[in-house]
Amino acid sequence: MLALPILIPLATAIALHLLPQNSRLLRTVAFAGAVIILAAAVSVLVTVERDGIQVLQVGSWHAPFGITLVADLFSALMIVMVGIIGVAVTGASFAGVDPRRETFGYHTLIHVLLMGVSGAFLTGDIFNLYVWFEVMLIASFVLMSLHRTRAQLHAAFTYVGLNLLASAFFLTAIGLLYGQAGTLNLADLAQVWPTRRTPGLDAALSMLFLTAFGIKSGLFPLFFWLPASYHTPPAAIGALFAGLLTKVGVYSMIRVFTLLFPDPAAGLYTALLVMSALTMIVGLAGALAQYDLRRVLSFNLVGHIGYTTVGVALWTRAALGGSILYLLHHMLTISALFLVSGLFLRQRRTTDMRMLGGLYRAQPLVACLALVPLFSLAGVPPLSGFIAKLAVIAPLLGAGQYPVAAIALVVSLLTLLSMARVWEECFWKPAPSAAAGSQPRLGAAILAPIAFLVMLSVGLAALAGPVSGMTMNAAQQLLSRDGYIRAVLGSEVARAAR
Amino acid sequence: MELLLAVVAGVLYATGIYLMLRRRLAQLIIGLALLSNGSNILILSAAGVTRGKPPLIVDPSLPVPDFADPVPQSLILTAIVIGFGVLAFALVLARRVYESAGSDDIDMLGPDAA
Repeated sequence: MLALPILIPLATAIALHLLPQNSRLLRTVAFAGAVIILAAAVSVLVTVERDGIQVLQVGSWHAPFGITLVADLFSALMIVMVGIIGVAVTGASFAGVDPRRETFGYHTLIHVLLMGVSGAFLTGDIFNLYVWFEVMLIASFVLMSLHRTRAQLHAAFTYVGLNLLASAFFLTAIGLLYGQAGTLNLADLAQVWPTRRTPGLDAALSMLFLTAFGIKSGLFPLFFWLPASYHTPPAAIGALFAGLLTKVGVYSMIRVFTLLFPDPAAGLYTALLVMSALTMIVGLAGALAQYDLRRVLSFNLVGHIGYTTVGVALWTRAALGGSILYLLHHMLTISALFLVSGLFLRQRRTTDMRMLGGLYRAQPLVACLALVPLFSLAGVPPLSGFIAKLAVIAPLLGAGQYPVAAIALVVSLLTLLSMARVWEECFWKPAPSAAAGSQPRLGAAILAPIAFLVMLSVGLAALAGPVSGMTMNAAQQLLSRDGYIRAVLGSEVARAAR
Repeated sequence: MELLLAVVAGVLYATGIYLMLRRRLAQLIIGLALLSNGSNILILSAAGVTRGKPPLIVDPSLPVPDFADPVPQSLILTAIVIGFGVLAFALVLARRVYESAGSDDIDMLGPDAA
């Protein structure tokens, strides 16, 4: 049951590899696989919501000796997001995929990536988390470098190099942690670590983890690989990466920090707070300086990661719940926007905003569809961005972090400015004369995935009450830790507590 | 022995990072390889090196003897396999970059380069 979100994409990937290379068949199978992942994920979420934390001891090896899969509310919510993004991205392939990519295993790789992300969200073992990271990374490496133009190869190399560096840091931290604690199970570590830690090692480890996850999630001094690479792959792949990959970094940060460093006064959290604030500012300042729509979106992606990590730094239930809600909102919205950038690639073969325009005049309904995620990202009420930003900023004010709250508010305005600029340049202004004439109309196949994500984002806003209740419960589970530890170790707790 | 391994790991990290900061792709890849080997040795030495002891406890009724912990070695084995695969991919990618750009100087690859 709990392994299904990992096994389904694995089975789908194998099937896609063995099936005859007929693109219609491949697309259908890939899409069906993603829909089944979503269904399995929703059933996991429902079970977790009803019965509490779910645990699977793989191969019946008892924790902490075997590998454990755990789904608490936070994991379950993230798994559902994997399903949703998977459905949107595989759905987007019906509108056409570069045939060269398709013969090189495009669909297979998407499912391998979904498997890696699901595994990272479900595992309860820190070394296993590293392995899932690598599964996810190698799939993303290949997806990113399937093309051979010079700019794309350059972007791919930046991406590969820095992500491998992050992996090396992560592995180093795991090695040191094991050397001192003698266990790799996260729940067991949460119990053992407070008795084994030494101040020096604790500081070194927290910084190694912060660097590794900071690179993966794109925090301020470590994000430069992201805008340098996310603008080159096709829009659907951009949506997949933007929606899931950086969020795995944030997820791991939340998971590992809440279990291993439960001391809110630690310098780690001050550093994280400062880094988050700087991430917001630098991300949006970068976005305003760009003319390529996909670069604008990449910088916005970076900037808004800051909102999701602020709550981790504050270490309160409300703040962490706000972070989780922001993650949900951001995954839906930024993926939708990357898919929107695909509209322009289809129509004009460029995302340079100076060359775009006139889409509102040509297809007003399409423009209105794109307007929703644009303004949701900026936090315009009553869209999901407003609710998520409120959930992040209110705890900041409550905790007396006025400068950071002010930065978050100003950055929110800057996002509005950036999004208004996108609207003006891409949709509102008349089409440049060079581009006038041959414009294929955008059909239902390319619009449906965007509409799907937009619908869910509006749904998130409409159901803000129940959803934020759920994220608050998820934050409560993360902060209280006992439920997680007891669920994983069960009767072993008594043994370990001796 | 631990001291020697610690020094080796440190040297590997230092040379790895130094090479990654260079401009040539080949050096970057060698740097990555050294870095991953450094972390493997670090895992081995951080978990403690035992000499001539079995990794298994044969008779659980006896008091637990000094035994070699097999977990770090299995971690390293996994990390070596992953590192090998990733390195092979990076090499292929570097070759493609070299073919398309005619240079393995990172500064010559960017969109701004001539």
